[in-house]
Amino acid sequence: MKKLLMATAAVALTAGTAFAGGHAKEVKLGILIGFTGPIESLAPSMGAGAELAMAEVTKSGALLDTATVTPMRADTGCIDNGLSTANAEKMLADGVSGIIGGDCSGVTGAILQNVAIPNGMVMVSPSATSPGLSTMEDNGLFFRTAPSDAREGQVMAEVLTDRGVKSIALTYTNNDYGKGLADAIKTSFEAVGGEVTISAAHEDGKGDYSAEVGALASAGGDILVVAGYLDQGGLGIIQSSLDSGAFDKFGLPGGMIGDSLPANVGADLDGSFGQIAGSGGKGAEAYFALATEAGFDGSSPYSPESYDAAALVMLAMQAANSKDPADYGAKIMDVANAPGEKIYPGELAKGLELLKAGTEIDYVGASAVELIGPGESAGSYREIEVTDGENKTVKFR
Amino acid sequence: MDLLNALVALTNYVMIPAVAYGSQLALGALGVTLIYGVLRFSNFAHGDTMAFGAMTTILVTWWMQSVGINLGPLPTALLALPFGILGTMGLLLFTDKFVYRFYREQKAKPVIFVMVSLGVMFMMNGLVRFIIGPGDQRFADGERFIISARDFKAMTGLREGLAFKTSQGITIITAVVVVVALFWFLNRTRTGKSMRAYSDNEDLALLSGINPERVVMYTWMIVAGLATIAGVLYGLDKSFKPFTYFQLLLPIFAAAIVGGLGNPLGAIAGGFVIAFSEVSITYAWKKVLRYLMPENLEPDGLVQLLSTDYKFAVSFMILLIVLLFKPTGLFKGKSV
Repeated sequence: MKKLLMATAAVALTAGTAFAGGHAKEVKLGILIGFTGPIESLAPSMGAGAELAMAEVTKSGALLDTATVTPMRADTGCIDNGLSTANAEKMLADGVSGIIGGDCSGVTGAILQNVAIPNGMVMVSPSATSPGLSTMEDNGLFFRTAPSDAREGQVMAEVLTDRGVKSIALTYTNNDYGKGLADAIKTSFEAVGGEVTISAAHEDGKGDYSAEVGALASAGGDILVVAGYLDQGGLGIIQSSLDSGAFDKFGLPGGMIGDSLPANVGADLDGSFGQIAGSGGKGAEAYFALATEAGFDGSSPYSPESYDAAALVMLAMQAANSKDPADYGAKIMDVANAPGEKIYPGELAKGLELLKAGTEIDYVGASAVELIGPGESAGSYREIEVTDGENKTVKFR
Repeated sequence: MDLLNALVALTNYVMIPAVAYGSQLALGALGVTLIYGVLRFSNFAHGDTMAFGAMTTILVTWWMQSVGINLGPLPTALLALPFGILGTMGLLLFTDKFVYRFYREQKAKPVIFVMVSLGVMFMMNGLVRFIIGPGDQRFADGERFIISARDFKAMTGLREGLAFKTSQGITIITAVVVVVALFWFLNRTRTGKSMRAYSDNEDLALLSGINPERVVMYTWMIVAGLATIAGVLYGLDKSFKPFTYFQLLLPIFAAAIVGGLGNPLGAIAGGFVIAFSEVSITYAWKKVLRYLMPENLEPDGLVQLLSTDYKFAVSFMILLIVLLFKPTGLFKGKSV
């Protein structure tokens, strides 16, 4: 028995070194997102997006001398730090070469700190947006294809100034996301000369928001910016503001954009505006077509970002000619940004061939990827205006 | 003009919401105080009884809406209300028969009853979530406003709008009607008198031939009515979500205790005291003061005593102050 164990261990060791150095025939990539929990409705399209990219690469046979890419799914629960780190550990034990995830900002930080950094694993998150992740010491292992909320604050300030809004009242849902976003909006808007009359928190899940609205109304402002959730307190605040005549126009950041808001509020919401991460153009359209062909909804939030996250990892592997995170991690920024030939969704094979030939590429992908600063998306946003009870895209920023 | 604007703003943001909220609290506190008066324990399950009543009403309302029955400009829920009350009566009589009666026969101490009601509360809590789910439910229909803020501004030309929702109007009118009916019942009818007699002195009431089980039954039935009405009005005015009803327990108890437990008049007064304090202490007075004060004295800050997050703390504070200085409440109730 003892000999058998020794033998297995020895085989495993040699195999391990051989895999790490050379060109293995299989590359495992983890997809670690919240298949259960608060964003479970988004997770299927995100997972499908990442798997679509992997299938495309496997089919092309262009990665690291015809390696196949195998996806491996696991759950974060979106808000469950224990579950996420345990699942991340399990992925490492199963030998993944990179992780697409996590999804929500809190668990992403936990996985990064507890699993990815100690083990030197590369993580690319498609959807974590907290500004706190920008400053986290990550040893060059963490990237995200979603923009930071700090960027959304700037975009919101631009939207407000362009529409001639001079002063705003600001209310946010009382958690990390709401507070971070509200701070970002406040700083950016004040930097361009706007006035924030009040920045007050609201709790989700209350029956009555008339007291909160009373305070907001007292502070005054041209419009009310609601950095909350559309199915939660955000809706209550808007409803109560309209009822008491406190505000009749609202600024709606990403968490408030969705079909259910105009449907629940009705005609009074017309004229309100906001923005949500997203992009248009050639890349997005190509991706939507691919997704429809594969049988899922590519326009679902963060689905394009997931495709791009997986694509970036695989392109970087080819660029470094290795699937070792220590080698390819540094290449992610190179393949994502100019200079080089632009690569769109569905053209991953072309990108891999170019990299093999030693040509530089600039991966554009489904969400117009442009990584800045500590490896996060520069962020393109869709500016939305509510017209006739529907969210209409006005333009891209 | 400025004075008028200040008045309108005050009415819009303080008076109307506080009166509506106060009426809902008063109805809830009446139920709590009746149980305390007649059955002699604090019923922690009251908030969830309200949730159950509102839920039954909502289910009937949905059914009525689906077959096209409605009340025109008034919410359909009013038509469904009697069915909700019947359902709640059934539930309360059921719990009394299978839970409370056992302890009554044991002549258990009030504190045991309180613990039992805590258990009943968790059961009802689960029951409501099991049937209708933990989320928000919408069931209001009909005209939304008696006067909307925009119409008011256009009508009067004032800078401030005044909104008066149908649900607020209904709440106030219903509360008045219910309170009048309840007092008439307690003071004029035979059953009402026997309930008061039983509440004042149990042994004496037994000696004079009052059937205690009947008194208990009538009490639960009246409480079911009060709880369902309060629950439905709150749901119509704000929104229905099981958890918010559980949270309502605190202000309701504060109202009942401030007024004097066991004293119906006190419950009503207590409801309004709590509602007005909650709303006015957490209100930011900047807007009103700006109209009233001369320009150079205008406040810069919000003039808000407490952030709205501390709303529930207000009921706690009032509760503590009353218990410290006037343990029997503003109107002479029983001491706790």
